[in-house]
Amino acid sequence: MEKSGTERLPARVRSIIDNALTKYPPDQKRSAVLTALREAQHDNGGYLTTELLNAIAHYLGMPPIAVYEVATFYSMFELKPVGRHSISVCTNISCMLCGADDIVEHIEKKLGIKTGQSTADGRFYLKREEECLAACCDGPMMMVDHKYYENLTAEKVDEVLDKLQ
Amino acid sequence: MTDVFVNIEIDGKPLQARKGAMLIEIADANGIYIPRFCYHKKLSVAANCRMCLIEIEKAPKPLPACATPVMEGMKAYTRSALALDSQKAVMEFLLINHPLDCPICDQGGECELQDLAVGYGRDVSRYQEKKRVVKDKDIGPLVQTDMTRCIHCTRCVRFGEEIAGLRELGATGRSEHMEIGTYVEKSMVSELSGNVIDLCPVGALTSKPFRFSARAWEMVQRDTIAPHDSIGSNLRVHIEGNRIKRVVPGENEAINEVWISDRDRFSYEGLYSAERLTVPIVKQDDKWKEVDWDTALGYVRDSLRQVIKCHGADKVGALASPASTLEELYLLQKLMRELGCHNVDHRLRQCDVSDQEYAPLFPWLGQSIADLEYLDAALLVGSHVRKEQPIANHRLRKASMRGAAIMLVNPLDYELNYRVAEKVIAPPSKLPMALAGIANALLGRTDGSVDAGLRQLLAGVEVNTPQRAIAETLKERKPGAVLLGNLATAHREAATLRALAGAVAELSGSRLGYLSEAANSAGAWLAGVLPHRGPGGKALANPGQSAHTMLAEGLKGYVLMGVEPELDCWDGRASLKALDAAAFVVSLTAFRTPPMDRYADVLLPIGLFAESSGTYVNTEGVWQSFAGVISPPGEARPAWKVLRVLGNHFGLADFEYGASSEVREELKVIIGELTPCNHGKWRLPDHLRPGLNGMERISEVPMNALDPLVRRAAALQQTQDVADGAAHVNASTARSLGLTAGVQIRLQQDEGSATLLIAIDDRVPDHCVLVHGAQGVSAELGPWEGPVTVQRH
Repeated sequence: MEKSGTERLPARVRSIIDNALTKYPPDQKRSAVLTALREAQHDNGGYLTTELLNAIAHYLGMPPIAVYEVATFYSMFELKPVGRHSISVCTNISCMLCGADDIVEHIEKKLGIKTGQSTADGRFYLKREEECLAACCDGPMMMVDHKYYENLTAEKVDEVLDKLQ
Repeated sequence: MTDVFVNIEIDGKPLQARKGAMLIEIADANGIYIPRFCYHKKLSVAANCRMCLIEIEKAPKPLPACATPVMEGMKAYTRSALALDSQKAVMEFLLINHPLDCPICDQGGECELQDLAVGYGRDVSRYQEKKRVVKDKDIGPLVQTDMTRCIHCTRCVRFGEEIAGLRELGATGRSEHMEIGTYVEKSMVSELSGNVIDLCPVGALTSKPFRFSARAWEMVQRDTIAPHDSIGSNLRVHIEGNRIKRVVPGENEAINEVWISDRDRFSYEGLYSAERLTVPIVKQDDKWKEVDWDTALGYVRDSLRQVIKCHGADKVGALASPASTLEELYLLQKLMRELGCHNVDHRLRQCDVSDQEYAPLFPWLGQSIADLEYLDAALLVGSHVRKEQPIANHRLRKASMRGAAIMLVNPLDYELNYRVAEKVIAPPSKLPMALAGIANALLGRTDGSVDAGLRQLLAGVEVNTPQRAIAETLKERKPGAVLLGNLATAHREAATLRALAGAVAELSGSRLGYLSEAANSAGAWLAGVLPHRGPGGKALANPGQSAHTMLAEGLKGYVLMGVEPELDCWDGRASLKALDAAAFVVSLTAFRTPPMDRYADVLLPIGLFAESSGTYVNTEGVWQSFAGVISPPGEARPAWKVLRVLGNHFGLADFEYGASSEVREELKVIIGELTPCNHGKWRLPDHLRPGLNGMERISEVPMNALDPLVRRAAALQQTQDVADGAAHVNASTARSLGLTAGVQIRLQQDEGSATLLIAIDDRVPDHCVLVHGAQGVSAELGPWEGPVTVQRH
């Protein structure tokens, strides 16, 4: 039996979930599941564990499988340990036409990893695939730790990544 | 409420359709077939397989018939070029990832996808790409997964949420990576889980015990009735040669709808147990000897005559399983009564039958099974309805989903798969007081005249908040029902519980109902397998002894039918003691066990379940007759034939039946037009006992330990619902006794004792220890309930 989920969610995460819950009717607590997953992931160093998913299920009164479904559906949730800094290069059509594939290749070479992998030192994680991030006018682009970098060149990528520890 | 109808047309056929209905329902009702995978009449509409696309006049695109409500003047075409093209295109998509290896799939030959691919698909695929592969999941001993075959119809997912009330399966991932599974390694624990096998339109979820053992076209299908709980679910058995290969539900809207419990689905495996007895055997000079039927029955006749001659007919008794057929039960009591013996009973797990002369014709549900789902309030007393009568629980769950208040008075804090409005959890000895509190709360709100005896009985009984809330709810919400379950019937003060439940029902204006114990408990009452009543409920001038008395006080001769007394009776230890001491014991049994080898003198092999023709009467009072669909193994014979020929050996008149239906007709004439009525059929006790102070024992029979057949069903024995040999206590009781999980203890009950391991179980109330019934240690410990002492071993 899952004993309780509450204490396994940190107070900060809980307060953000509680705030989100005020926006929804009391019998529709599951509406806050995306907020809960996002905050729990941030708090846990960028990825979610089954224990955290169970804790969220318990906190929101959902069957655990319903939380697993949401967490596996969205590509922004990581279910395995990943590097501290998450790099997503858009490879959809506009960015691709502007040379996104070269950017991906450059990052792979620079970090010595393939998409979907993290560096051995746990510093970077290069996401496997990122769908359009709605910055088509300034492609190629990437998102690093939720921040957009546009009109990318190899030099610009180096500059951004080298600053991150 | 009257339905509003609209006029529609499907394939040019003018039809009347209930407003709000989906097109596919109307098509189904009128015999117009529309292909589908995700649509199921008992589940919510998902509209995700798209197989049921049809053409609707004035709609620019084809629409899914399962999610298109009918409208006045709507014209639908299920076989137009657009409809057929759309269906063909959907089928092509569905087959992109589905393996085309039907010959090695267990579903081959009975697969909806296979059928529809032939009927609606193309003959070649245009896809050259690789097919995806999905890893199989282990979801328990009953359901086999082959997830590469899954087409994501989500019927199993919706079943979990909407019917089983336990969301265990889900769709994780998305697009091509979407998979149906549990995400974490987990067994399905629903008592209805096997139904996903029938729901799955492909070979992704199949029966684990059946797997790869026969093809659909090699088997014949026969109808029968489930032999375990008192619901009487309709079954279809699939037979190859003379062997049952599997069991599936038979549809009966009034009883089991389209579902059956896992116990009813998989118990057939018990028929093929290695313990099966196939020849009559007789013990002579402590050695068992195989004999022919004539010798065996002659020996039984002579031995019983001898016992009766030496000790009198009142020193002989017959105990019958309440899962025996009506015909078997009737013949057993007829035989015994012809011999002058009224010690006949089927109430094996009951101790207190002191109110038996007041009892109704048979303890019936007080309403139809279907009525349960229209209740607005229900109080369950001593019932684990979810495991005891899963189909009744499903009806109550539906009521609960509609907003009904389901309330409990139980010795264990059972988890139901719906919201429980109120509950009172009390140790067995305090259960009568718990119920009395509710009755007293109602008494305070009653203005009409009340029986003076009841007023006196309840005077001074304390009422707490949940009891008051239960009383209020029952009083205000109609229709309401008070339902007594297996744990109430087996209670040491069952008569008091019956009277108090009756009083609660009467004072609140609710129905009183019994969720009776076994497949034919009702039939056993009607057939007269009771010490105080003959067939048709006819009261007897000189009643015999009840099952409990027969075993507690000991007789010289016993006739057992389908019973393993050490497991199936209220006091296992006393039962074995009485049988060991008896001069002569004959057991009509399907299985041979070590205790039988010791206490019995003759073992007569009988057929079980689908091996005999007969009739079951369910808790609602519905008679359901069935034919024997396979023959019993070896020399085993249906018990009614054994009893019939035994009657001939005794030279009794009127034992010339040619078929079991003749027995049934004879009984039917005796019963005539009698109908049961529970109203006022109880006896108020003189006083209420306050309950025990120290530790006490609680028993229950786990779902898959109910009777000899299910105890031998291999796959069911691997589920959680079996007797586990442990002593369950809650965490705080364990702490106060200085015990932790896994510690060995010595449990002492009366003169019996047993060594058990502690299991922490927070369903158990304080100062109680739960030891399951129907297992080996129950024969060492003794009665179902009572004071116990716990010592660290």
